[in-house]
Amino acid sequence: MSTFEFLLQGLMTAAQPMNLLYALIGVTLGTAVGVLPGIGPALTVALLLPVTYRLDPAGSLIMFAGIYYGGMYGGSTTSILLNTPGESASIVTALEGNKMARAGRGGPALATAAIGSFVAGLIATIGLAFIAPLVVKLALVFGPREYFALMVLAFVTVSSAFGDSTLRGLTSLFIGLAFSLVGIDQLTGQTRLAFGVPDLLDGIEVTTMAVAMFAIGETLFIAAQGDKGPDKVEAVKGSVWMNAADWARSWKPWLRGTFIGFPIGAMPAGGAEIGTFLSYATEKKLSKHPEEFGHGAIEGVAGPEAANNASAAGTLVPLLTLGLPTTATAAIMLAGFQQYGLQPGPLLFATNPQLVWGLIASLLIANFMLLVLNLPLVGLWVRLLTIPKPWLYAGILLFATLGTIGANPSVFELGMLLTFGLLGYLMRVFGYPIAPVVVGLILGPLAEQQLRRALAISQGDFTVLFTSPIAAGLLTVAFLALAVPLILRARGRGEVLSQMAADED
Amino acid sequence: MKHFILASIVAGAMALPAAAADYTIMAPAGPGGGWDQTARSLQAAMQQEGISKNVQVLNVPGAGGTIGLAQFASQQKGNANALIVGGYVMVGAILTNKAPVTLKDVTPIARLTGEDEAIVVPAASPLKSIDDLIAALKKDPGSVTWGGGSAGGVDHIAAGLIAKAAGVDPTKVNYIAFAGGGEALAAILGSYVTVGISGYGEFESQIKSGTLRLLATSGEKRVPGADAPTLKEAGLDIAVQNWRMVAAGPGLTAEQKAAITADVKKLATSKTWQETLKTKGWQDTYLDGDAFSQQLAKDISATETVLKEIGLVK
Repeated sequence: MSTFEFLLQGLMTAAQPMNLLYALIGVTLGTAVGVLPGIGPALTVALLLPVTYRLDPAGSLIMFAGIYYGGMYGGSTTSILLNTPGESASIVTALEGNKMARAGRGGPALATAAIGSFVAGLIATIGLAFIAPLVVKLALVFGPREYFALMVLAFVTVSSAFGDSTLRGLTSLFIGLAFSLVGIDQLTGQTRLAFGVPDLLDGIEVTTMAVAMFAIGETLFIAAQGDKGPDKVEAVKGSVWMNAADWARSWKPWLRGTFIGFPIGAMPAGGAEIGTFLSYATEKKLSKHPEEFGHGAIEGVAGPEAANNASAAGTLVPLLTLGLPTTATAAIMLAGFQQYGLQPGPLLFATNPQLVWGLIASLLIANFMLLVLNLPLVGLWVRLLTIPKPWLYAGILLFATLGTIGANPSVFELGMLLTFGLLGYLMRVFGYPIAPVVVGLILGPLAEQQLRRALAISQGDFTVLFTSPIAAGLLTVAFLALAVPLILRARGRGEVLSQMAADED
Repeated sequence: MKHFILASIVAGAMALPAAAADYTIMAPAGPGGGWDQTARSLQAAMQQEGISKNVQVLNVPGAGGTIGLAQFASQQKGNANALIVGGYVMVGAILTNKAPVTLKDVTPIARLTGEDEAIVVPAASPLKSIDDLIAALKKDPGSVTWGGGSAGGVDHIAAGLIAKAAGVDPTKVNYIAFAGGGEALAAILGSYVTVGISGYGEFESQIKSGTLRLLATSGEKRVPGADAPTLKEAGLDIAVQNWRMVAAGPGLTAEQKAAITADVKKLATSKTWQETLKTKGWQDTYLDGDAFSQQLAKDISATETVLKEIGLVK
């Protein structure tokens, strides 16, 4: 049978009324947990595993897939409206999305996120169905040195994309890198910078840092300004829906975000965040309205949101074809497969085609359901912003705190949340961008480990970093991205560039 | 808006651990890993078998389980309804992290499961047998890169033991730690490391499909259905298993300990648990009472010796 026939057969499996119901339950739950910070899709699926034990394998896996996709959708809502990213993949969305929401454009921001997620989910799921084996071969070409080169590229593009001053951007980035060193070194098992505090052994939790920097820091900043606060929150200005210009500016970022997110999600050590960073940087470079970046550019929401959903589908590539879970949620879905005595891996497509294709088909259906479920809610969500400011920010504080305790019930974690909130406030006061700190915290350990792995494998020979064509290519692109602006600036065209780089918060 | 507030309250309630439960089992790791799966399988089997009506699982991730262990030891003193899942990885983590709270601060109840380590190479590798691997290791230990789970964990310890048994200096072992056997798998399949070492279950599917070649397994007996010798058969006098156990809080009376042990034993011999073992591919290595205490003490001192020899513990 051809792939197409398998897919049709899968659609028949997924379209059975009971399976449709499971998909609906899954996407609804997923959206709910995505909206709530602290309760991620991973924990939800883990809680449901014993409940679904009695369901048939297809039904429960369909439900899990719905939760996974729904979580990716829901995460953007709090990022945009409350500046409180519930998970690391929606940190970038908060940058432009929240600015849009405060300028009365929350409706279009939510809409472009929802439709972008849909488009990306659709393309990526079809990609999963047709080119999964091929993608997996490509992903395996990436070894430690190639990953390191990718991280270098991400560092360069990201640090030039955030903030109006390279020096301030880099300062923030290095603060993040310093924090990323805290905890047990993964390659030797030795502790670093933990000062004997057991809670620090595992390093600083990214979502705690992100929520503290964005939500708590922001709340303190607003509170410190009292009534004089310049940024007035307007709930709705103009239409709640996307206008023609919004569509025109969104569709290309959706597609680009998809093509950046899917392969990176499929890489065993990729992760959804890196795709969103690269997408944001790309959109900022390509935008016809670069001056709007930092003040609510719709491209900056459309691209990263498409990228994080595409990478969610990408994650299923190594899971289904190699049995290799690359995110916590995927790891639990793997446990779900094993619960039924199924071992995902190269044999799964051959031994259980109905199940695999049913799952892929149900992802397509879940994707449609999410769009239908989310678009009508946009009007309701944006009304959230009409709440008086003191209430709104009190709510954000409560939400951020609950989320942190929910994810990790520890007093120390709460203390960290407040300390980093204070740091975020001070950085805001002195005009340092916030996002690079979080970026440094995420990318720092990845870059360090991959570099050290590459050098351990080569037994200390640095030249291996340049001898692979992929690594050399990525490093060249990174070097050009760093050098070209410097050359342009030296030629007296710096004004254009500094105008292009706008402050992100 | 009302709904929103309601939703937040419900979320808050959901986020807090529920109080009323017959047993609360702590998985000192994030959702999805081996300990979490063990805790949730225990939960399902205990409820199914009617040993306990309401069982809650609580995840406290971090640092090879030592963070959860510290929290458990301080909060569950004298509580006969609290259990914690642990295992060999925790033994290593306590030593490498110099954790202030150790397994002496809780009441180990029983060993439940075990999994053999598998030593694999990609199908295209020139290494055809475990003897080829040992020969390569003897020739130039640094050039043989081992890919496996976290540093100081059972994978790392097994690699060190193999080198030592083969007469190679264990400090020369070029071990590349990954976040888990899964991430290591990608590096093994891509031939970025010479050899892979992790739990048999991590590689089973790839071994069966022929993309990985199994050189040896680390247990006393061969893995059923696997076509490779044990390390002992290959002339290396070692046997390692990644075992998992369950422990209770400190400060229990002898009666309380006996009651918990009876519950766990009932569980371990139940049909539901035996089926769980089969679907998960875990071996039944049930051991309780003094026999377990002695075995645990032996494992801890042996692990300490190995970690010192690899140079991870000073």
